[in-house]
Amino acid sequence: MIVETGHYALVLAFALALVQGTIPLWGSLAGDRALMAVAAPASIMQFLLTALSFGALTYAYVVSDFSLVNVVENSHSLKPLVYKISGVWGNHEGSMLLWVLILALFGALVALRARRMPDDLAASVLAVQAWISGAFLLFILLTSNPFARIATPPMEGRDLNPILQDPGLAIHPPLLYLGYVGFSITFSFAAAALINGRIDAQWARWVRPWTLIAWMFLTIGIAMGSYWAYYTLGWGGFWFWDPVENASLMPWLAGTALLHSALVMEKRDALKVWTIFLAILAFSLSLLGTFLVRSGVLTSVHSFASDPRRGVFILAILVFFIGGSLALFALRASTLKQGGIFAPVSREGALVLNNLLLTSSCATVFIGTLYPLALEALTDAKISVGPPFFNFTVGLLFLPIFLFMPLGQMLAWKRGRLLGAAQRLTFAVAIALVAGLFLAAANGEPAGAAALAGLAMFVIVGAFVDVAGRVTGGGFSLALMARRAAGLPLSAYGTALAHAGMGLTLFGIAATGWGVERVISMRAGDTAALGPFTVTLDDLSQRQGPNYRETVGAMTLRSDGVEIGRVNPSRKFYTSRQMTTTDAGLKTISLGQVHIVMPEQNPDGSVDVRMYWKPYVALIWLGALLMFLGGGVSLADRRLRIGVAKRAQPRVRGPAPLPAE
Amino acid sequence: MRALRALMFALLLAVPMAAQAVQPNEILPDPKLEARARDLSSGLRCLVCQNQSIDDSNAPLARDLRLIVRERLQAGDSDDEVMRYLVARYGDFILLKPPFKASTALLWAAPALVLLLGLGWLVASARRRRGAQAEPATPLSAEESARLAAALKDE
Repeated sequence: MIVETGHYALVLAFALALVQGTIPLWGSLAGDRALMAVAAPASIMQFLLTALSFGALTYAYVVSDFSLVNVVENSHSLKPLVYKISGVWGNHEGSMLLWVLILALFGALVALRARRMPDDLAASVLAVQAWISGAFLLFILLTSNPFARIATPPMEGRDLNPILQDPGLAIHPPLLYLGYVGFSITFSFAAAALINGRIDAQWARWVRPWTLIAWMFLTIGIAMGSYWAYYTLGWGGFWFWDPVENASLMPWLAGTALLHSALVMEKRDALKVWTIFLAILAFSLSLLGTFLVRSGVLTSVHSFASDPRRGVFILAILVFFIGGSLALFALRASTLKQGGIFAPVSREGALVLNNLLLTSSCATVFIGTLYPLALEALTDAKISVGPPFFNFTVGLLFLPIFLFMPLGQMLAWKRGRLLGAAQRLTFAVAIALVAGLFLAAANGEPAGAAALAGLAMFVIVGAFVDVAGRVTGGGFSLALMARRAAGLPLSAYGTALAHAGMGLTLFGIAATGWGVERVISMRAGDTAALGPFTVTLDDLSQRQGPNYRETVGAMTLRSDGVEIGRVNPSRKFYTSRQMTTTDAGLKTISLGQVHIVMPEQNPDGSVDVRMYWKPYVALIWLGALLMFLGGGVSLADRRLRIGVAKRAQPRVRGPAPLPAE
Repeated sequence: MRALRALMFALLLAVPMAAQAVQPNEILPDPKLEARARDLSSGLRCLVCQNQSIDDSNAPLARDLRLIVRERLQAGDSDDEVMRYLVARYGDFILLKPPFKASTALLWAAPALVLLLGLGWLVASARRRRGAQAEPATPLSAEESARLAAALKDE
């Protein structure tokens, strides 16, 4: 019964989406407030129905209801509860349901804040949002129904893929989807602005918090995925330029560009057309990512059970939304008036440069990912575009981004002075040079790593120069500095934190050059050197888990003969799927990590061991965490300001200009 | 989406469990030669995998390829010769860094092209804007003028 209720709720949600997609839109075009008022309650109801449906599927997983095909194929009664729950989205059908749930969640959140917006804008935004969720609900109902029953239920399920039985599955996909799907809101705002033909700085002020939220979650979602791959996939890499990864990087690049261009639009009423375009692009790339992953076009060799109907359906959704929004854009963009004028050397100019480089990187990733497909379709020639290509091209495009990041922050709006900005960065440059030279001397080859790490230091220190200057601008008396620090808008701190986070990530990436790797066979009692440490394999033991057997290696890590920690890499054998996975043993030492995997047990009793010492590697993900926090700090500021703007309504064209951030 | 990648990886694993990326018994005694082998391996695609280098892959084919690379190196081949040997057998598909030729010229030129196009567009629109600068600002509406007058009177 509960399962049927869930299925029924999903159908109802679809029907409601049709209502929400048409009536409020009609109302906003005809100026009928009663019709527009349908949007908000419909959005909230749609979220509740989708949540009910998701809850029903979760229930089926928790009680191991093997009368559902989806549960049989992806669950097992002995599986720990946390993986029963996260297993809900560890498969195609369930993950699409999560997608739609988050879509409805964002719709409901907009609906809750709708009263702060003009009625017609809110109604159009929610209508567009309903079109998107309607399309995906139909997709689920027609091609990927998670509630399909099985005629003769088996006694036991086939278990979740062991690689997915990891806390990573509980964390990574929901975060990533919050990011992906979050951009649907900016998309809906852009489409609504084009439909209503009105767009101004106020629009940007409404859109920016949503962009920021989506960007924050996409950032942390990608980082979590990267960390998950790092510790499970067994060879210690953190980014592989895999098409699926590129699919998440593209919306991130476009979204980062959008975040910066919306800033220009909000402050200076410029870059309107471009901002609208980026808002459409960011979500289009999210859709493209969904298509690439779900249709199996990129994974023809080893795609799992990809149903061609699914691919065609998502392609149709893709064509409709991207094509439709771009057509709307082409039709209406020319009616948008360009606002504020600025000199090339100015804060705006720097942000335009940021946008140029970010979108070029995005285009490069796009072309690199799809070129082999296009070439094969056109000429039958098969090529691979892998990490060497992306590292080179995207790396080259990102170098100027890092170089100009601190500089852009120093420039004034409208017209800046390059020399003055550069002078204020003397301190950051000095720190970067000293750090680079020190690191080169301490770690030796490769010199490129030290150079990149120096650049990262420049970005990190440079990120705070602006805030520091504004705090100490009135002199160095403590009371005055504290007052000035408290008076700075939170977004100034948010920017500094996020930029510094970017620098930290770069530092972590640069430091991979100093990593040490060893691949050897070991027996119990053996000791091997690993960079500055020694690793001793004390013992190998067997353990029985709920749905697996594992071999655990007990290893001791020593530095100059002194024990500094224990590491327990393991190999798990999942009986139900007859599969083996490896869990890396990790030991964090200051900011670096020792990463040990036992991929193989040999017949003679020895084990193959792969060991890495990765100095500063934790910075890669800590940097992303700092970016997330920076976004949060900035968001706190925004919410405040939107409140102020609301009180200052109705007809004032935005609040008094705030100090440049 | 990462979950999906992991899934694919798991599917690869599911087939044969025997081989693993770079095993101790593959390693060449000469560290210089081994370093070259690792370097080459990281640029070679495991042909049956989803975008993995043979250095990272666990597939048996990747192991075979790693052994071929090491055999050729031990036979005295230069790096280029090893690559040519493999491309002759498996085609350009095996190279993770696509070679520069007519069919890939667009790929390699793309980043620069996009950047230049963007720059060109920026310069053009900046010129247009400078031309438009002369236009007078939108005049105040009657209502706005009235409010302005009222506000000034309050002062």
